[in-house]
Amino acid sequence: MVRYLLIRLLRAFITITLVVTFAFIVLRVSGDPAISIMGDNASPEAMAAFRKEWGLDQSIFIQYFNYVTAIFQGDFGHSMRGGGPALDLVVSRIPATVMLTLPALLLKVAIGVPAGIYAALHHDKSLDRTVMVTAVAGYTVPSFVLGLLLVQIFALWMPLLPTGGTGELSHLILPVLTLGIGGAAILARFVRSAMLEVLGQPYIRTANAKGIPWGAVVRAHALPNAAIPTVTIIGFMVGSLIAGSVVTESVFSWPGVGNLLVVSVTARDLSVVQCILLLVAATMVLSNMFVDILYGILDPRLSNANSEGR
Amino acid sequence: MVMREPWANNLHPDTVSPFTIPAAMPPGPLLAIQDLTVAFDGVSVLRGIDLSLDRGEALGIVGESGSGKSVTWLAALGLLPSFAAVSGRVTLEGKDLLNAPAADLDRVRGGRVAMIFQDPSSALNPVIRIGRQVGEVLARHQGVSGGDIRAEATRLFELVGLPDARRRFDAYPHELSGGQNQRVMIAMALAGKPDVLVADEPTTALDATIQAQILALLTTIRTETGMALVLISHDLGLVAESCERVVVMYAGRVVETAPAQEIFSNPRHPYTQGLLAALPPFEGPLRRLVPIDGQVPDPSRLPPGCPFAPRCTKREPLCETAVPPLVQAGFGRLSACVAQTPSYVRPEKDRVLA
Repeated sequence: MVRYLLIRLLRAFITITLVVTFAFIVLRVSGDPAISIMGDNASPEAMAAFRKEWGLDQSIFIQYFNYVTAIFQGDFGHSMRGGGPALDLVVSRIPATVMLTLPALLLKVAIGVPAGIYAALHHDKSLDRTVMVTAVAGYTVPSFVLGLLLVQIFALWMPLLPTGGTGELSHLILPVLTLGIGGAAILARFVRSAMLEVLGQPYIRTANAKGIPWGAVVRAHALPNAAIPTVTIIGFMVGSLIAGSVVTESVFSWPGVGNLLVVSVTARDLSVVQCILLLVAATMVLSNMFVDILYGILDPRLSNANSEGR
Repeated sequence: MVMREPWANNLHPDTVSPFTIPAAMPPGPLLAIQDLTVAFDGVSVLRGIDLSLDRGEALGIVGESGSGKSVTWLAALGLLPSFAAVSGRVTLEGKDLLNAPAADLDRVRGGRVAMIFQDPSSALNPVIRIGRQVGEVLARHQGVSGGDIRAEATRLFELVGLPDARRRFDAYPHELSGGQNQRVMIAMALAGKPDVLVADEPTTALDATIQAQILALLTTIRTETGMALVLISHDLGLVAESCERVVVMYAGRVVETAPAQEIFSNPRHPYTQGLLAALPPFEGPLRRLVPIDGQVPDPSRLPPGCPFAPRCTKREPLCETAVPPLVQAGFGRLSACVAQTPSYVRPEKDRVLA
């Protein structure tokens, strides 16, 4: 088990390193922060001074070396726009993002899981088809279209809710719905296929042959087994809790991490973008590890393989 | 409540065994199947099966893959997927099973008629401890609860010869071998103290040495408990060895029924004769085995006459056009072949009941 955890940790470390390195190179190759932050009209001397101040005049290798060393000392750099520590800036946006993504996650699970189970249990009946058509519609509509549609209906035609902004509970409803509906649709499709797969297994027939009522067969023999693949997709959703949604936050001008990312990328605020990517990669990796541990609990076949130290 | 001691007839001669037949038992067979048909998406795979099973009887069902031998019993217990169209009558002590309410059917399944399957490792739920899977049946059909479940399940594991039975309660199916899992399946079937155990190819997925052990176990349990056994297999030799009566099926029909010894000594239907010729002899000199040429016909494209006619060495012109009914062919024997039916008159309809 220890060996297994160590391998997992090493893998997580490599993943994060790859993400950070890739982001570092791409950001530095794709544009000059001096121009985007100082503006086109800045004098060449001012720009040179800016580059010198942020170390951009040095070779990319030295910059990368300095960046990584700083991270290990807990220094994630400073925002080129505001000057404050990048990490503080990003962390200050997390509560707003989680305020959207957490209720949205609950909504996804609360709608997606029962809808998927329901559809699977009524396989090929009209109920199943209705649920699936709705689900396909729900996840093929891009979130900016869905967001704008919701604004059009609930804020403009029926002026019940605000079009955007923050402060009150009513501001949450439309962005949470926008995030939740798409995710619920994905989850519903996933849970449905997982359930259909399990319901076709011989052990379900065995459970029926034992005289266990259908409801109990579904509860005791189908749901726990279908939970195994479902946990993967929910894990991904948990992993994106902090990343938030770039599109949804922009549509509703929500002051979260996603919004900060958009602004920082446009402005080439390198440290902030890198800090966000690092944080997102870390949560993704963390939730993936959590899913792996959960696998071991849900599926005894895996926990055995793990404890024997693959 | 007072727990009835399972297999009480062996342990306590003075208690009433659940398997002894009370005087008030209704007459007639324990389980009867009449004109059972099954169709998948309009393709009929079972074309009118008539079968009966007496109390305590060991009945063998033989046929190639696709002959409908498993489908018959899955249909009888309502275990086919919902898109299967089932018609006919299946009665347990006169009570209809096919149209029974779900709650009644659930009392029969596992409680009166238990079933075990071909691949024991996939027939057990991989994420539930085997003790709990057996415990479900004990709780459902015997009213066992709490700590008694562990004791009773362990006892059943010992009964079916599962090694290290005491510690196995908490094991998962993947920690056991195929043969051990089949023993768990048998223990699970016995947990409900059924009147009938339907064993659907119980040894096909197992090693040859384990096959013999499992068959011996089934035979022992049957003689000890007095329950009826339905042994479904493609292996005529295996079935004849452990059953009293054999039903031979072909292309969704019963083609011959006979006592086990007689099916060996004097097979009536050419298909049965073909099956025997393909079987290595138990004694006497070795001989060349004769395969049956051709294949089981596709259920969606059956020949108009006898379904076995295209492969039959004794084919007559009549075989190509009419389906022979199952008729008396000696004492306690039925056969569906034109050759055995001199009085056979060409039927008006496709299918004629014997």
